[in-house]
Amino acid sequence: MEDDLKKEVEKKVPNAGGFMIPGTSLLNKTGSWRTFKPIVTDKCTGCGICATYCPENAIEIKEVDGKRRAVIDYDYCKGCLICMNVCPFKAIKKVIE
Amino acid sequence: MDRVKIEVMHMNERYEKLLFKPGHTACAGCPIPIIVRTVLNTLGKNTIVAFGTSCLEIISSQYPYNAWGVPAMHSAFENTAAIASGIEAAQKKLGNKVNVVAFAGDGGTFDIGLQALSGMVDRGHNVLYVVYDNESYANTGIQRSSATPFGAWTTTSPVGKKIHGNKTFKKPLALMMAAQGAKYVATASISNLPDFKRKVQRAAEIEGPKFIHVLNPCPTGWKFDSSLTVDVAKLSVETGLWVLFEIDHGKFRITYKPKEFKPVRDYLMLQRRFKHLTDEEINKIQERVKEDWSMYEGLEGVKI
Repeated sequence: MEDDLKKEVEKKVPNAGGFMIPGTSLLNKTGSWRTFKPIVTDKCTGCGICATYCPENAIEIKEVDGKRRAVIDYDYCKGCLICMNVCPFKAIKKVIE
Repeated sequence: MDRVKIEVMHMNERYEKLLFKPGHTACAGCPIPIIVRTVLNTLGKNTIVAFGTSCLEIISSQYPYNAWGVPAMHSAFENTAAIASGIEAAQKKLGNKVNVVAFAGDGGTFDIGLQALSGMVDRGHNVLYVVYDNESYANTGIQRSSATPFGAWTTTSPVGKKIHGNKTFKKPLALMMAAQGAKYVATASISNLPDFKRKVQRAAEIEGPKFIHVLNPCPTGWKFDSSLTVDVAKLSVETGLWVLFEIDHGKFRITYKPKEFKPVRDYLMLQRRFKHLTDEEINKIQERVKEDWSMYEGLEGVKI
């Protein structure tokens, strides 16, 4: 995938060393960086504070089984655990990866 | 190009709308993406970004990836403000109404880019300049900048018998920019996002050079646990070390005053870059906070 991307860019901009197609960072799955994994428990009320603070933008507030709650995208979560710390309900716990 | 773009975008519908996308390579716990996202979400999609060499550059556009969802232009370390000025002048000539934002770190603003920034303010370009201040050249491995606070360890202000961390206090860049006549100057913190958003909103309404200084707790450089980023930012405000104010058309106003100041020791001892500090040095910092606050409170309502 990465090689495809490089080829496409080289076709478009010869010798491009700098900028790439917008949004391509999505291909870079940073989930592998994690040491600790945050897990959303049932205490979650879906207030969204963690989502505003997640540096990866990896938390989405969604309806799950008729209840609003935070859903973490582990493809991108780097395991910084900011979400765990800012949660006012202590609804996020950590487990070792 | 379209093929790749479609493949990328189809990975998740939600991510298509984001103006700063995941997959960037910021250290875990780094608040730069929070700052960038807050500014971009407040300004909207009709924005062009200019940014200099900094942590933001390597995290957002590391070959072959690009995390931006808005047009962005990178330039050398010192000319973020110059590039932003050029973009603004060109857009004005073309008759386009867009927000131009410049992002730079404290090294690229306080030291290297100061001349370009000063020129931008002098010429009165309609640019919002946001500096995320991690108090060191974090990108190149934590060297001292003139934004580094007193007593902080960096690789170029080491801790030994003769030198005990950084010897100087932080440069008051926001006040310098106000003195130079920037239309809107503010300081912000990631621990108070509503305040930060309001300041960006206010800056967007004003025509002319605008400057926002955001404190950016850096887990790598300041040496604290990545989960404590927001707590460190909060403590910097609650201890009075980081003063939230705005200077709107020269009129100074403190936007948040802690009800009761916490001792600076709480903030300093959370970070290993300060762990060598003696009681005497901590008292010196505490004294400085008092002096600063009496100065800032004296400025309240004054036209600068």
